[in-house]
Amino acid sequence: MSRISIEQVKHVAHLARLAITEEEATMFAKQLDAIITFAEQLNELDTENVPPTSHVLNMKNVMREDVPTAGLPLEDVLKNAPDHQDGQFRVPAILE
Amino acid sequence: MSLFDYRVSELHNLLHKKEISVSDLVDESFKRIAEVEEKVQAFLTLNEEQARVKAKQLDEKLATEKEFGLLFGMPIGIKDNIVTKGLRTTCASKILYNFDPIYDATVVERLNEADAVTIGKLNMDEFAMGSSTENSGFQLTRNPWDLERVPGGSSGGSAAAVAAGEVPFALGSDTGGSIRQPAAFCGVVGLKPTYGRVSRYGLVAFASSLDQIGPITRTVEDNAYVLQVISGLDPMDSTSANVDVPDYVSALTGDIQGLKIAVPKEYLGEGVSEEVRQSVLDALKVLEGLGATWEEVSLPHSKYALATYYLLASSEASANLARFDGVRYGYRTDNAKNLMEMYKQTRSEGFGNEVKRRIMLGTFALSSGYYDAYYKKAQKVRTLIKQDFENVFEKYDVIIGPTTPTPAFKIGEKTSDPLTMYANDILTIPVNLAGVPGISIPCGFVDGLPVGLQIIGKHFDESTIYRVAHAFEQATDYHKQKPTL
Repeated sequence: MSRISIEQVKHVAHLARLAITEEEATMFAKQLDAIITFAEQLNELDTENVPPTSHVLNMKNVMREDVPTAGLPLEDVLKNAPDHQDGQFRVPAILE
Repeated sequence: MSLFDYRVSELHNLLHKKEISVSDLVDESFKRIAEVEEKVQAFLTLNEEQARVKAKQLDEKLATEKEFGLLFGMPIGIKDNIVTKGLRTTCASKILYNFDPIYDATVVERLNEADAVTIGKLNMDEFAMGSSTENSGFQLTRNPWDLERVPGGSSGGSAAAVAAGEVPFALGSDTGGSIRQPAAFCGVVGLKPTYGRVSRYGLVAFASSLDQIGPITRTVEDNAYVLQVISGLDPMDSTSANVDVPDYVSALTGDIQGLKIAVPKEYLGEGVSEEVRQSVLDALKVLEGLGATWEEVSLPHSKYALATYYLLASSEASANLARFDGVRYGYRTDNAKNLMEMYKQTRSEGFGNEVKRRIMLGTFALSSGYYDAYYKKAQKVRTLIKQDFENVFEKYDVIIGPTTPTPAFKIGEKTSDPLTMYANDILTIPVNLAGVPGISIPCGFVDGLPVGLQIIGKHFDESTIYRVAHAFEQATDYHKQKPTL
């Protein structure tokens, strides 16, 4: 049985905000299935009592003084924007 | 003979004796780029005008001042996922084809303060996802030792540029082997520092719990100079470590008497070519001759590292790459009627297939119903892999093995199957998962192609790695070999 169906690939692509064609969905389903099947070898290991590692160093909650500093100049912030108007990013219509 | 055959300490002597100028060094870079770049294709963007202005300023400084930065006058290339103010930074992706950064990465700021000169930005696999630089959205970089072969990746441009003598140093980044593997393929020295040693501020994030910036150089001494400059706590990166930075150059004593080396049997086993195995065993003999001892050990969870890595790195990437949406910077599609279509079309037209594959794998592994089975499972196995290293380091000073299972492969040889390409990184990935530092140095040649020796150290013990690497380098002449271009 395959680990990931073409329908699931389309759903995941939507969640990831990627437009994919039927042909791509078929290709990615095959490739992702192979990778996920390969990854399932991790099930050979009993990890019931093993804590997860999200960070390798023994540090947590790095704090600093909450001192206000100047932000970036508006001109710099908008410099790379594909479209902007009146000091704001401009995007296509959100609702039809 | 090139000026870049000299080490940084030798170049500084020549500069102070007025035998050369900084402008000569910068000229040497651009002259060599003009000669070989057509073949190697390592650079995505050149910084020629600015570099020459900076060289003139530094030459004036040389004549009038007494205080000089540690990398005074040294030309350097920067991987194109490290942001440089006013110098185009693309991550070798079409989605950032026109991105003009508004600030410098902390490492770039520190290089500038140390009086280094940025020569240009180097090609890579798109968003650092790949092992051959074939995933660049723009161009194919070739291995200077054999133009039919890949330079490795993802920092392929960085390693190729140093090997080709275009720059004496470059910065790369390493998430699963992306500094060490291309360094091995191109016969140069590449270090992935301890996670947290070098600030990631301004490194375009791929997998934040694994990414580290590090130097690629001709010699170990030069590598230590660059690490010295870029290391240390940075308030802009809360994962940078508050650990003192030792004097790396003074660690290069040449003395490894009594050093205890562990050689994991998993690193010389299945999948590793006989010639690479032999090169590593020969290297161990050299180290024994210098007074070190070695024993075989086991890192029993090594074989699970690849699967663990692809689940974790892809999950982190799927979150990190959400920011490329056509709103604030980079490419935006012309073919969209509404916002949702704009996001989807922009990302589909802007990203290449490997990037899409990993975003989807990560999105899947993090999605409801699969999170525990894939992402959390991989985080738990990561703990076991980390413990493997901790156990070995209780009794040994360093771990040694090959950097890669084989020397550089042919262009196109591994592009059809993602898993075949991924398997290239089986010896480098565990190091990132454990967060420990590792270096690749040249230790031999197979059919004219360089072989890399990997030396892995304890957390924040880059000094010992450098000491061993330097002692080996002094006893051999592999690092003096240069490709014919």
